[in-house]
Amino acid sequence: MRKIVAAAALTCTMLIALAAQAPAPGGRGGVASFPAQQRDPDDPALVARGNDIYSLECRSCHGPDLRGGEMGGPNLLRRQLVLNDQNGELLGPVIHGSRKDQGMPAITMSDDDVKAVSAFIHSVLAKAPGQGAPPPGPPVTLNVLVGDAKAGAAYFEAKCSECHSVVGDLRGIGARDLGAVGLQNLWVSGGGAGRGRGAAPARRVAPMTTRRETTVTVTLPTGQKVEGRLERVDDFLVSLTQADGTPRSFRRNGDTPKVEIHDPLEAHRKLLFTYTDKDIHDVTAYLASVK
Amino acid sequence: MTVKKFILAASLVVAPVLLTGQTQSGLDPAALLKPLGASWPTFSGDYTGRRHSALTQLNQTNVKNLTLAWTTRVVTGARGGVPPTIIGGVGTREFTGGTVKGAILAVDDVLYVTAPDNVWALDARDGRELWHFFWKTRGATHIGNRGVGIWRNYLYFETPDNYLVSLDAKTGEERWHVEIADLNQQYFSTPAPIIIGNHVIAGTGNDLDGPGFLQSFDPETGKLQWKLYTVPMNPGDPGLDTWPSLDAARHGGGHTWMPGSYDPETKLYIFGTGNPTPAYTGVGRPGDNLFTCSLIAVNVDTGKMAWYYATSPHDTHDWDSVQTPILIDATVNGKPRKLVSMAARNGFFFTLDRVTGEHIATTRYGTATNWAKGVDDQGRPVSEPAKEATIPGALVSPTEGGTTNWQPPAYSPDTGLFYTQEENAFNMLYLSDPDPRGSMGLGGKIRIEVGSTPKFLTALDPATGKVVWRRQYANPGGGIGLLSTAGGLLFGADGSGNFVAHDAKTGKPLWHTRVGAISNAPQTFMVDGKQYVMVATADQLWAFYLY
Repeated sequence: MRKIVAAAALTCTMLIALAAQAPAPGGRGGVASFPAQQRDPDDPALVARGNDIYSLECRSCHGPDLRGGEMGGPNLLRRQLVLNDQNGELLGPVIHGSRKDQGMPAITMSDDDVKAVSAFIHSVLAKAPGQGAPPPGPPVTLNVLVGDAKAGAAYFEAKCSECHSVVGDLRGIGARDLGAVGLQNLWVSGGGAGRGRGAAPARRVAPMTTRRETTVTVTLPTGQKVEGRLERVDDFLVSLTQADGTPRSFRRNGDTPKVEIHDPLEAHRKLLFTYTDKDIHDVTAYLASVK
Repeated sequence: MTVKKFILAASLVVAPVLLTGQTQSGLDPAALLKPLGASWPTFSGDYTGRRHSALTQLNQTNVKNLTLAWTTRVVTGARGGVPPTIIGGVGTREFTGGTVKGAILAVDDVLYVTAPDNVWALDARDGRELWHFFWKTRGATHIGNRGVGIWRNYLYFETPDNYLVSLDAKTGEERWHVEIADLNQQYFSTPAPIIIGNHVIAGTGNDLDGPGFLQSFDPETGKLQWKLYTVPMNPGDPGLDTWPSLDAARHGGGHTWMPGSYDPETKLYIFGTGNPTPAYTGVGRPGDNLFTCSLIAVNVDTGKMAWYYATSPHDTHDWDSVQTPILIDATVNGKPRKLVSMAARNGFFFTLDRVTGEHIATTRYGTATNWAKGVDDQGRPVSEPAKEATIPGALVSPTEGGTTNWQPPAYSPDTGLFYTQEENAFNMLYLSDPDPRGSMGLGGKIRIEVGSTPKFLTALDPATGKVVWRRQYANPGGGIGLLSTAGGLLFGADGSGNFVAHDAKTGKPLWHTRVGAISNAPQTFMVDGKQYVMVATADQLWAFYLY
């Protein structure tokens, strides 16, 4: 439910990221958010024994990842009773048949084995990354490259080629070790893919091109023009650094002085309103083919 | 005018329950029925959610002379010092580093300020600390605290580890605490409790597929009065036909993590609910998923739902509809109507009849909002399935954070305008957990922000939902809530570190000062005949007045 309200890192140099509702995995300030992560780890031998018993007695219904199995058992990782259980004291009666009327069969299991299964389940819960996401399972291969490279080439020629070239700044872009998701985020954002959540990209991705700076031209009432790298701008002030390194700031009063901002990502920003998802997938397929 | 003068009006409301030996001092609950004036006694100032102050000392002519009255820093944690911090809590952990992201109550010349696990009382004249209460925690998500509620001499606040704590407002000493949600199930509590008559209305939150609920407690004892679940919990419950199974509904979310508004004429407390869960993988929960992402009206005495309206049926983007609803009286089609309006996180603006829940208007106010095909005959957005998280990626606006979020909007009865901040950014949403069972919580997706487009201060006509004007911010960040005053002013943060007073009619800036990244919505109050406006920047408080 909660989220990060972030200034997407694409405009100007003045960025204020506002953590509106932003729990970090494991909480902040050293306080783990998920009680299971605060448990003292159980004896690994006990957890391993619990895993073995779970595989034998529980797995077919509740699944190898505890999120429910082929036989229709419920997801244990979000079950209230499981979350409240500490050492098998709540799980035990259910395992022993207290919910037969709800379809949970009675299983013969010693109290020590119940404790082992409980320890195993809590060890899995403790691996949950936060915000209720499931603990990581085995990696799945996802086919992100579904686009039509030929259509992507045509789109690129029509919309991108004024600024970019696959024999120039994007030479060999498809040969770089970006991954399809990384490549797509990179070009859609114009090199500034911002923050997000979920499985984080495995590695930091270097900018696709030498990132051009946002510059500004300030025209004073005298007609004098002052140009430079934009440092910050709001309704009341504009600050820049001139080519010789001199900082300048100008108070703004409505349209005086005249302020023209040259944002190298302006075209990317405008395109966000026009892309279809197919356009995006096509261009990604095309760029992935540029080896 | 002080709060005490309001007490004369107490007979107009439900007589609050007075227990033997209790004095009548402190804030009478009847004061909360008055228009917002010298004090700021509840989350939005008053029950309407308008954040419109009747104070006029500051106006469009003299606001240019607004100057710093005082600034002070609040320090979290179990520190020593003078006066010494009062320590409470059931846990053993000490969370520090929380910031001020909620309402600051101003009652009887005292300010009550909060951060997660912390409450401070400050002298409103100079910010001097009168007392500080710190709660040791059992853990939980420490994301924010939206403020205290006050009933007579008692304060109420919620802790991240799910206690409703009552303090003596004069001394900061704890009276009692009661557990309001289960930490093991990953509930965490951030809202400001809302005091209505002899009810303490408390919401809570959860990221792990727990059911949402709203509760009412006795202000004297902390005893539970009623509990309203926001998803079906039992066979036969209303809304169950909008879920594939009872189990799905009982893990369906719909959390209550922002305060609502209250209409004393109908005794209806109107609040919004959070997203259904799992948030991004809706495959396991086909249907409208009632009563998540909805406006709900509940009778404060009975805890029974009077009406509901789904603002995001079957949400799959984590767009909680918990934004502050505003009660508005306006003319619609030539007839005076009692309305409630919400600028929702999903980029759509809604106006309903607040007595019946009848739909009046829906508009798409988020300039970049691209996830819906349109609206249905009830004005509800119809989502475009291709704009859910997909394996090859979907370009979606708004981002997860929404067109707006918890930042409070405002409404001025003088201009007739509903003010909100409008963020227009895009993210790519990738389905990373294509398991047909669906994922859990906020899992199952990769989300990357790929670009921001202009962000606005936006004024709407609530009767039609039409945008009357937009004023573009120079930067896409920021915007943290608004305050309207009868002096014709609209205060807000500009996302560039400035605290700005705008002309409420046009949005034109009339005064500003650069205080840094503002972390809560502006407020106003009056002490010693002087009108103050204040904001917080993380742990720093800033109060301004006319010298």
